[in-house]
Amino acid sequence: MADPVSEVFLDSSSGEPMLPDARQAWVDAQQAGWGDPARLHRPGRLAAQAMDQAREVVAAAVGARPDEVIFTASAAHSNHAAVAGLALGRRRTGSLVVTTAIDHSSVLAAAAAAGSHITVEVDHQGHVDLDRWAALVGTAGTAAACIQVANHEVGTLQPYTEAAEACQRAEVPLVLDATAALGRIELADASGWSVLTGWAGAFGGPASVGILVIKKKARWRASYPTDDYQGGRWPGIPDVPAIYAATVALDCWLRAGHAIGHRQHDLIDQLRAGITQRVPDVDVAGDPVRRVPHLLTFSALYVDGETLTLELDKAGFAVASGSACSAASEHPSHVLAAMGALTHGNVRIGLTWTTTPEEINRFLAVLPPIVAEIRVTAGVP
Amino acid sequence: MNEITAPFEGLSLDCRGMKCPRPIIEIARRIGEVSVGTVVELLADDPAAGADLAAWCRMRGQTLLASNPPRFLVRRNF
Repeated sequence: MADPVSEVFLDSSSGEPMLPDARQAWVDAQQAGWGDPARLHRPGRLAAQAMDQAREVVAAAVGARPDEVIFTASAAHSNHAAVAGLALGRRRTGSLVVTTAIDHSSVLAAAAAAGSHITVEVDHQGHVDLDRWAALVGTAGTAAACIQVANHEVGTLQPYTEAAEACQRAEVPLVLDATAALGRIELADASGWSVLTGWAGAFGGPASVGILVIKKKARWRASYPTDDYQGGRWPGIPDVPAIYAATVALDCWLRAGHAIGHRQHDLIDQLRAGITQRVPDVDVAGDPVRRVPHLLTFSALYVDGETLTLELDKAGFAVASGSACSAASEHPSHVLAAMGALTHGNVRIGLTWTTTPEEINRFLAVLPPIVAEIRVTAGVP
Repeated sequence: MNEITAPFEGLSLDCRGMKCPRPIIEIARRIGEVSVGTVVELLADDPAAGADLAAWCRMRGQTLLASNPPRFLVRRNF
């Protein structure tokens, strides 16, 4: 019997498959024999040039200066460095870090480690309560705040411009977590943030490249030992070929992503409508309109998330789940719980660059009988 | 734990030790046994039980009267 192999990968939230241009750039860069960008020999100078180009791509994407761009090892590393670094730089002001209740777990962990951490509640679609946000960032002793551009599970766009304005009024530095949004929506005009974070794996670059952009005037200090690399902001010889490939992937999105984004936005609309019509007792989460183009999360009542994920895999679809039983965790998704969404029977879909309408139609055809069968087996009334 | 030592007068479903969605399936199966307006007690210690019971009540039009894990009280509305 052949092993079940997922033919359609719909889990870009855990990593968009490497874009062909990025893969080619990675291979070419490795074969070019680039060296330590701090060295004066020719391979070193070539590596330094590649780093310059990489920084320019990111800087243009987020409206920053190239010398403000740093490459880390993952989204979690970037988020830890961002939150801890602002808290350290502002330790005389206080130790309170304000985040939303649905920030990435790496942000929540860094905020808790910084001292005191307060989360701002979100509504049923995942939007932060802006009044509460403004009140909390305005509290004396607030060292830093963090908000996402878009949530990594449900795709909802936060009112990050308004949240940033509240931070500016309170003179509190803001971490803008752009991980789920970078390359997907226009961020060159985003303003009001002190540190921005991202991850190449989210847009088809190497998963080993995190992005950290620290504005020059931000009172940020490295919370870990550093050296001479990347301006003393992230230690160690950078993996130049991977970084270069990451920014080739980002550049693909910046050049062609609008068309892909429109297509993905329509496909998610179709999925949303189709699931609601064809599957009874389903809870579709997140903002249906103000969202990143490629993400959708829904939960099927009375269904076990692990079983659903495995049955979809057998049917040829690789999806993620925020249900506790399927996420190697004892606890359900804190995002879904904070939104008041159903956490069991959860499926998280992340469209990829190449997802087709035919694949979405096939998914909509296989999903209803799988859910129905699981419910029958479980003895659902 | 003192909250669950007092016996509940009425339908009580002890789903402790069960993983979600089992406790939610149990209350869905059994709530029809009581008349409309009656309160059902659910005991469930799965970490997802609180969030999922609240979501089930919202989707099903029932009322979650109390949520003190592992004890939950739900009123049947119809």
